[in-house]
Amino acid sequence: MWKKQQFDVVVVGGGPAGSTFARIAARGGLSVLVLEKDRDIGVPVRCGEAVSDAGLRIFHEPRDRWIKSTITRIKLVAPNESSVEFDMKEKGYILDRRIFDYDLADMAVEEGAIVITKAYVDGLLIDNDYAVGVKGTYLNEPFEVRAKLVVGADGVESRVGRWMGIRTQLKLKDMESAIQKTVSGIDVEPDRFEFYLSKKWAPGGYLWVFPKGRHMANIGLGISGNYAREGKAACRFLDEFLEWKYPQASVLTTVAGGVPVAKTLKQIVANGLMLVGDAARTVNPMTGGGIISAMRSGLLAAETAVELIKNRKDLHMKNLREYEHRWHKIGGRNHERYYRLKEAIFRFSDDDLNRIASRIAAVSVDDRSLLKLFSIAVAQKPTLLIDVVRLFARL
Amino acid sequence: MIRIEENKCDFCGCCVGLCPTDCIEVKEAVIEIDDDECVDCDLCIFICPIEVLSHVEKTAV
Repeated sequence: MWKKQQFDVVVVGGGPAGSTFARIAARGGLSVLVLEKDRDIGVPVRCGEAVSDAGLRIFHEPRDRWIKSTITRIKLVAPNESSVEFDMKEKGYILDRRIFDYDLADMAVEEGAIVITKAYVDGLLIDNDYAVGVKGTYLNEPFEVRAKLVVGADGVESRVGRWMGIRTQLKLKDMESAIQKTVSGIDVEPDRFEFYLSKKWAPGGYLWVFPKGRHMANIGLGISGNYAREGKAACRFLDEFLEWKYPQASVLTTVAGGVPVAKTLKQIVANGLMLVGDAARTVNPMTGGGIISAMRSGLLAAETAVELIKNRKDLHMKNLREYEHRWHKIGGRNHERYYRLKEAIFRFSDDDLNRIASRIAAVSVDDRSLLKLFSIAVAQKPTLLIDVVRLFARL
Repeated sequence: MIRIEENKCDFCGCCVGLCPTDCIEVKEAVIEIDDDECVDCDLCIFICPIEVLSHVEKTAV
């Protein structure tokens, strides 16, 4: 029985970051317990479910059962409803994360990890300023589990880091207030992402239509916390859009959620503790995409954990920083660039976006690329060039 | 203090991500705010995507 055991690692949260950590750590010979607060792994799906083929392949050969749609094209819709289309250099997918997350957890179990759902963690066991386990409730019964290392994979609402003094609170401008409905009974192109860019649809963010076949799509949007302050909630924007564009749509799922579009936290380890995924703020701040980066942080953290625990090293934060360094080197620095780019792009007015769209429309389809889009955007708004130069100066 | 319309809440926890005093607790289908810890910054109200939270004066309750 897991409650009576001691583990090398207890992981709080059974999403892609937690399950990837658990799989790699268990494969490396560590005893690993994953505690998930919800009833099911993978449910509710708080995600647009888009990933790139290349990103997914870093970790797994894509399985047919994970994939609802294969995407090869992007359509950008400007505020005046003119639109431009691009072919993507690399294909992407819309996943079924209920199945994907379930399989990731199962792969961790195959490597020897134990996964438990409905286990709610509400505090840490702390000894000598080290996290040495977690406490919580399971089916209304209190429990305590001791472990050498605690991993916070507890998402945007992460509290695990705070219990060891890491300040994880986001600024309002660094959170997107998001809502998504999975709708059916509509007609969509099954191989095309659609992005709607306008302050009227999603101020400080964007609205997405991600197809799940020909007649179903995830339709959602995120608005910047700064705009959310003005009093119109994300749900109002989405309802207006659906009423305008798809008034006959049936709604099969509705989920709300926050997307952390911040730079990764500088500190993502403490004594006996690591943060991974959304809890560490690893989401790409420009796109809001976070599945692959969460898995990457889980992988890096697990490699460091295996190395340290196998060699009986002290799990002092100065040793765990190896993970922090590796993340900031591989993922974190890119995220800083994306963060700056996001700040620059969201400064475009609707008029700017309309002009950019009309200029792109004048470029032949074969010549369209994201680079071309970018150069047109820069021509439209020279101040963006300064941001871009700054961006590349840091490469 | 903050009023919660629990039957509207989706328990997504984005309010928890912003709360400066860590006074909000979200479980699978439970949300609680510790009024003694709350500093009435209203960030949770702003960020909530589905208008679950609102501000009420303490005397009104």
